[in-house]
Amino acid sequence: MLGKTANGIFWMYRSLERAENTSRLVETGQRIALTRLGDTSDEWRSILQTAGVISGYDQHYDSYAGDTVIDWLLRDLNNSSSVQSVIRNARQNARLVRTALTHDVWEATNGCYMEATKHLTRKVTERDLPNVLGLVRQRAALVRGATHGTMLRNDIYDFARLGTFIERADNTARILDVKYYVLLPSMMSVGSSIDNVQWDTILRSLSANGGFRMEYGSATSPRDIAQFLILDRRMPRSLAFCANKLRENLHYLENTHGSDKPSITMAEDLVSGPLSRPIDDIFDQGLHEFTQDTLAKIAKLSRQIEIDFRFYE
Amino acid sequence: MENGDILNEMWHADGSARQPYKDFQSWFEGEDLSRLRAKQREAEDIFRLTGITFNVYGRAQAEEKIIPFDIVPRILSGREWQKLSRGIEQRVRAINAFLYDIYHRQEIIRSGRVPKEMISKNAAFLPAMIGVDPPGGVYTHIVGIDLVRTGEDQFYVLEDNARTPSGVSYMLENRETMLQMFPELFARNRVQAVQNYPRDLWRSLAASAPSVSNATPTVAVLTPGIYNSAYFEHAFLADQMGVELVEGHDLRIVDGRVAMRTTRGYHPIDVLYRRVDDDFLDPLNFNPESTLGVPGIMDVYRAGGITIANAPGTGIADDKAIYSYMPEIVEFYTGEKAILENVPTWRCSDSDSLAYVLDNLNDLVVKEVHGSGGYGMLIGPTATKKDIALFRKKLQARPGNYIAQPTLSLSTVPVFTRAGLAPRHVDLRPFVLVSPNSVNITPGGLTRVALKKGSLVVNSSQGGGTKDTWVLED
Repeated sequence: MLGKTANGIFWMYRSLERAENTSRLVETGQRIALTRLGDTSDEWRSILQTAGVISGYDQHYDSYAGDTVIDWLLRDLNNSSSVQSVIRNARQNARLVRTALTHDVWEATNGCYMEATKHLTRKVTERDLPNVLGLVRQRAALVRGATHGTMLRNDIYDFARLGTFIERADNTARILDVKYYVLLPSMMSVGSSIDNVQWDTILRSLSANGGFRMEYGSATSPRDIAQFLILDRRMPRSLAFCANKLRENLHYLENTHGSDKPSITMAEDLVSGPLSRPIDDIFDQGLHEFTQDTLAKIAKLSRQIEIDFRFYE
Repeated sequence: MENGDILNEMWHADGSARQPYKDFQSWFEGEDLSRLRAKQREAEDIFRLTGITFNVYGRAQAEEKIIPFDIVPRILSGREWQKLSRGIEQRVRAINAFLYDIYHRQEIIRSGRVPKEMISKNAAFLPAMIGVDPPGGVYTHIVGIDLVRTGEDQFYVLEDNARTPSGVSYMLENRETMLQMFPELFARNRVQAVQNYPRDLWRSLAASAPSVSNATPTVAVLTPGIYNSAYFEHAFLADQMGVELVEGHDLRIVDGRVAMRTTRGYHPIDVLYRRVDDDFLDPLNFNPESTLGVPGIMDVYRAGGITIANAPGTGIADDKAIYSYMPEIVEFYTGEKAILENVPTWRCSDSDSLAYVLDNLNDLVVKEVHGSGGYGMLIGPTATKKDIALFRKKLQARPGNYIAQPTLSLSTVPVFTRAGLAPRHVDLRPFVLVSPNSVNITPGGLTRVALKKGSLVVNSSQGGGTKDTWVLED
């Protein structure tokens, strides 16, 4: 396949994953805003930070009011990571790599774009917000479903998966990076209702609350949450899960592309490092250092994939 | 009823259906208009979702439009098609022979049938192609011949598209859409298939591969990119053939071959179906500003390292000034009279013709010699006084830049409107594939229809739509 096509596929799936993650962040933020009394601007601020879009936001607004933050995250085309921007980007990439996609995947992507455009052209009212967010996630899920159901398991699929899991790992690491302090062991003894809200927020922004309850019941401890989101290989948004998928897909590419790629070594390191050790080791070394280090490793791996597979000239 | 001089392809003057439309007519009479209106909207939804869109030049960037699709098929009988098909094959063979000759010994000029300056002073003539032998001897691998009909047995060739004719994806998608919406129509009519076109295209291109190629040649489609108005078609054809869709920046010359950058390194291409104009193909040999092409591809081509389809320089054969010589060209190379007629054409470079044209501007169609897409054209009978005055000045200033033709009474086929069926003018572009050992014509083609009442302009950029085109098994 063409290097350009690999690049297009990679970014198409990164963008779709980001659309889903950002809409989930908005949903979480809105939930906190509705269930909590008093000022929520700190919460919105940390959501902007998590989404990595706060510097752009600060250039346009000077306060963190819910409706402007939501608009920035959802619709604003000045924000290249807004849901509307990334869905456009996914569709643009899909057009570019149309020959690498099945008819079903292309139609699902184009349908996602058409539906999103319909609902995001005008400002979304508070009343419509849950519907619109649900719709974005549903449409992105349709693309994923069509991908699993109709795409050949060849190198094209591998690049789609690499894009998905780089983005997902990055998202999970960011959420942990922004909220690491509420998971620190020192907080364990506190256990106030505010902490419960914070823990709930982290789980919800990764669609992990249901899964966590299933595993751990109602006894929430920050250590368990960290264990679940960082190391649990059954949890599809955990760092260990994503790292493992990245390694797997790079190994599939070995069959057609040879095994001499630095990106393979990097993925191996990611999996075999702290992600293979008990959670207490991570706490001992510092949760914040760990998340920072992981974010840097993911970014480096992503750049190496671009080089190894000739995404650009 | 409309003007009796104009052929309505669906109905006789007495209101009964012409033979090919009999089944369709009886089906239509049993249909509920509101259901059909819903179907018409459904068709548009299918086009939007499938992404069968084009960009209109001069509008906001990336604005995507769909070409209006009309649900009434254009139907030809097998007998009508056979005659057309023979005429098209004859014409396409003559065009290829003409191109070979023009870029080699130029016998047709020596014989005096075509004046020397028509070639040597023509911008579409590519000196870089002189003496070059394209692999397999094929110049025009893909041709679209634009036909109009004026009577039961009267078809005219309006234009030969020998460079990079577009529209074939619409032919295919129109059929898919009709099959999806009205399966019952295909059960009661025996419509000849068009679906094999992509496979035939691949075979035809592969058969034209250069001798350096492996047993299974590597074919690729070259597109100017995602913002080109026909990008959908480029992606569609590459997808349907199962080949790579490349842009100039994916390609470079490696070891004397044109190669594409894959995730595994550079891989040589044997046949490049390019949808990029000659001028942009090679910045080293042609327009140095071009970023759409491949620097040095012409040198590889001349050395026999790649097949370019269509060959560079084929524009000389579909130039509007050369067009007027087509009857002579067909006769010169095939030894037979042309089966398909040309529209009578006045070359304004000739002073007698210019005088006639200037005296009759109200009745004539005037076209720019190098124009396309219905731009830069005057349709006398419907033009305003101001337009006619403007063209008079243009003609006097640069007569050699124009040709003129009588206004033809184009046949009509009904379109489905809110009020039911209404006749509209149509043309037809059949698609022809040429390989070293065969000429393959897909039965049917693209019917373009002027959606505005009375209008003769069928171009999609100016309010035209398309129809599915059926050729029936007799």
